[in-house]
Amino acid sequence: MADVTLTIDGKRITVPAGTTVLQAARDNGIFIPTLCHDPKLTPWGGCRLCVVEIEGMRGLPASCVTTVAEGMVVQTASPQVVEARKMMLELLLANHPRDCLTCSKSGACSLQDYAYYYGVRGDKFHGEKHDYPLEDDNPFIVRDMNKCILCGKCIRVCAEVQVNNVIDFAHRGFNTRVTPAMDLTLRESEECVFCGNCVQVCPVGALAEKASLWQGREWELTKVRTTCTFCGVGCNLEVSVKDDHVVRVRGYDNPLVNSGWLCVKGRFGADFAESPDRITRPLIRVGERGEGRFREATWDEALDYTARRLQEIKEQYGSRAIAALSSARCTNEENYLMQKFMRAVIGTNNVDHCART
Amino acid sequence: MQDLKEWRETLQQQSHRGDRPSLTVGMSTCGQAAGGAKVMAALEEEIARRGLQVDISQTSCIGMCYAEPIVEVALPGKPRVFYGDVTPERVPTLVEKHVLQGEPVREWALIQLSGEATPYEGIPVMPGSTYYGRQVRVVTSRLGLTNPESLEEYIATGGYEALEKVLGQMTPEQVIEEIKISGLRGRGGAGFPTGLKWSFTRQAPGDKKYVVCNADEGDPGAFMDRSVLEGDPFSVIEGMTIAAYAIGADEGYIYCRAEYPLAIKRLKMAIAAAGEKGLLGRDILGTGFNFDLHIKAGAGAFVCGEETALLASIEGRQGMPRVRPPFPAQQGLWGKPTNINNVETYANVPFIIKNGGQWFASMGTEKSKGTKVFCLTGKIKKTGLIEVPMGITLREIIFDIAGGIQDDKQFKAVQIGGPSGGCLPEDKLDLPVDYESLTAAGAIMGSGGMVVMDENTCMVDVARFFLNFTQAESCGKCTPCREGTKRMLEILTRICEGEGRMEDLDTLETLARVVKNTALCGLGQTCPNPILSTLQYFRHEYEAHIKDKRCPAHVCQALLVYTIDAGKCTGCGACARACPAGAISGEKKQPHRIDPALCIKCGSCMEKCKFGAISRL
Ligand SMILES: Cc1cc2nc3c(=O)[nH]c(=O)nc-3n(C[C@H](O)[C@H](O)[C@H](O)COP(=O)(O)O)c2cc1C
Ligand code: SF4
Ligand code: SF4
Ligand code: SF4
Repeated sequence: MADVTLTIDGKRITVPAGTTVLQAARDNGIFIPTLCHDPKLTPWGGCRLCVVEIEGMRGLPASCVTTVAEGMVVQTASPQVVEARKMMLELLLANHPRDCLTCSKSGACSLQDYAYYYGVRGDKFHGEKHDYPLEDDNPFIVRDMNKCILCGKCIRVCAEVQVNNVIDFAHRGFNTRVTPAMDLTLRESEECVFCGNCVQVCPVGALAEKASLWQGREWELTKVRTTCTFCGVGCNLEVSVKDDHVVRVRGYDNPLVNSGWLCVKGRFGADFAESPDRITRPLIRVGERGEGRFREATWDEALDYTARRLQEIKEQYGSRAIAALSSARCTNEENYLMQKFMRAVIGTNNVDHCART
Repeated sequence: MQDLKEWRETLQQQSHRGDRPSLTVGMSTCGQAAGGAKVMAALEEEIARRGLQVDISQTSCIGMCYAEPIVEVALPGKPRVFYGDVTPERVPTLVEKHVLQGEPVREWALIQLSGEATPYEGIPVMPGSTYYGRQVRVVTSRLGLTNPESLEEYIATGGYEALEKVLGQMTPEQVIEEIKISGLRGRGGAGFPTGLKWSFTRQAPGDKKYVVCNADEGDPGAFMDRSVLEGDPFSVIEGMTIAAYAIGADEGYIYCRAEYPLAIKRLKMAIAAAGEKGLLGRDILGTGFNFDLHIKAGAGAFVCGEETALLASIEGRQGMPRVRPPFPAQQGLWGKPTNINNVETYANVPFIIKNGGQWFASMGTEKSKGTKVFCLTGKIKKTGLIEVPMGITLREIIFDIAGGIQDDKQFKAVQIGGPSGGCLPEDKLDLPVDYESLTAAGAIMGSGGMVVMDENTCMVDVARFFLNFTQAESCGKCTPCREGTKRMLEILTRICEGEGRMEDLDTLETLARVVKNTALCGLGQTCPNPILSTLQYFRHEYEAHIKDKRCPAHVCQALLVYTIDAGKCTGCGACARACPAGAISGEKKQPHRIDPALCIKCGSCMEKCKFGAISRL
């Protein structure tokens, strides 16, 4: 596509036609705050924090939904723009709980960051605030709609990424609220699959992972990048750990795999890691079959034992007496190796998989 | 097409109102609300009782809503006389005198339409009366004069001549050119040039295109579009059909608010009637041109009048505006190029095509052409519907046409443009009514609502009233409108309750400016107008509320002070008995006192005092 040259804050910038002013600015290291924008979701233009001044345009257009034009002259930090952004933050804070001290989002909250950046304390307006009950009737997600700033990202993620359309805006104006149909909770809706992708995009503390509440402040967490063990897709994870304890799991934004999105298992199923029932070493049966008595063994012993038994069975009964059942939790490569091993080494086609129905 | 011409000629010959007297009752929403149906019943009964050969029919709003129920009496070969404020009790006299004896009842007559007949003496002739003299009736020309449910009457009065011309002699481009020449601008509020909009939709790539009529009319107190839909539904349908031909659409929607059941009923009848006669649907007038028209009833949200929200609503989604561009002309209904216009805009189209763009452009000002329909409400003598050429002054409208202020009180302000309009004071009365002048003065043309306020109106209270509306109607999508209207309303309420501070005015002004500059759609962008304009022209009233804790117009209850003039008080005790708060005390026959701490400012005492001893400050 053709290129377009424009000026942002006095800097001449050339970008491909069709780029938004926001993208053009960010690609060139110019700061513009946003709350409702996510490059992976359809543009919304609702929070109006990204407003800029553009010569010849009426009012202050939202840069996230304004496409660049040749010769455009943009100001991202003029007094008028700063005044408007401060006002937007004042308005949001006027209807936001003063809860930063104990909010699980503190330290990673966009609203908090921008308020700090612009020196907005949220004390300009004193009026009605919402007082919605906390929604925590499900095991995974806590929704505090008092903290919601109505950016609509959760709605778009649910509709566009999860394609589940569980939640939407309801009511009007100041009473607008994000909710499943009929004002039900996520659990009551029976539609939500608890993928938690909505939690991941929420810029504030309105949506939180239940299991991570009170488990550590944002700045105490060590972030470890890893791969999900639940299935062969191999979603990239960013596991937050404190004191060897998994506090929460988020998707790691790797566009080659999962672009940051996860399913319920990958996101909320990490408790197995610290389960006392977890098998951490090979076990060899000692009693009768079905008796459930095992002893711990080393990997060498266990592998030797298995190899020997496979050989004996094959000699005695033939290769068709052997079958392998593998797991969806293994990677594709592991599953490939397993069937290859069975076919080429054992000599049987008896391979199957736990996820087959 | 030849058939249509011949049919029209036959109808026109027949319609030279025959040899029988006719009685016509105004049965639009205003007429019905004023008791039109009872009058109709009384007329039918009276005619039956006397066994007369008289036609009784109904018509729509002629504009003089203040005088409904209106009954028209026409004798063969005589002028048509319109009577106002007709009651069932007046019916026998009316029939006796006018129908039987041929003598109009002059003291009840409003106006007469004489045509070729000799006018009666002593009844104002229309046009030429002060009420009608300054009006130019184009889109309202049939209102109150024809039966809106009759396709025959529509055709007999020149209806479908324009469509005939368009399909017979004009290319789509020529139609668009004619609209451009006329200078017609959208009557839904923003005033965008209609011809240009049509050409955008025509040029937009795509096989499937739509035309949509915005009949959501949500402004409180506005009824221009309703009156046109109820009074001349065929003109809107003909206008849309012409638009469809011009832009290359074969399907259309009329989005009409559900609160207009009569308009919807008449539209449905009109669509069916036009379809039956080959004027809508497949192969219109045998030319191979197809146009199907549907009605979609709205669900009561003001914001659904905003075009992108309206389209979302037709699609069955939530009525939330979206960012433009892309404009509906590029991506409208179901993503297809869509032309969306207001009711009045479409209703103008047949007249423009019939009389030529030049004719339309000869009316109005340089940039605002043609006429505009306004709803006059508030403290004026003649509330109702008027149509005036653009460029007329506010003073002419308010004082010449509407007869000035009720009870000859002092004019204070006129609020123009619906809930998002601005309030203009006395010294702006000579402003010409056109898009640019109104915007420059801090008001907007809007869709044509005009609320006139007298000296007893508190301007802070007015701003609060309108903010209360926009606040409740904000869709909640964008921060400034959703949160900002709430806070502006809270500040205004505080000021009205005597708890305002001077710094509130700065906050209010900054907030209003930011909301105006940053809101996503027209609702948020214009909703601060009532605040900004009253702050500009009536700042002293705000200051009186804050500094002196006084409401100069004696409207804001919390700021009223009731006192008893000891000199006038006879000690009768009527006030004390009337006071629901027990705030009044005093010995019998001795002057009474009001305890301001207990007084709830209800005013009951003042109403009861026979000696005028109680005053309100
Ligand atoms: C909040 C809001 C409400 C509106 N309501 C109406 C309405 O009731 N009727 C209307 O014709 N236009 C309304 N409009 C204007 C429409 O968005 C649109 O501009 C208009 O229908 C275009 O038609 P026109 O060019 O013929 O005026 C509204 C706009 C806003 C922002
Ligand atoms: S958890 Fe997933 S399915 Fe449930 S609301 Fe959030 S995004 Fe939608
Ligand atoms: S819950 Fe979070 S993501 Fe959803 S609208 Fe509210 S602030 Fe945005
Ligand atoms: S300005 Fe108001 S009505 Fe318009 S999109 Fe924003 S919140 Fe909705």
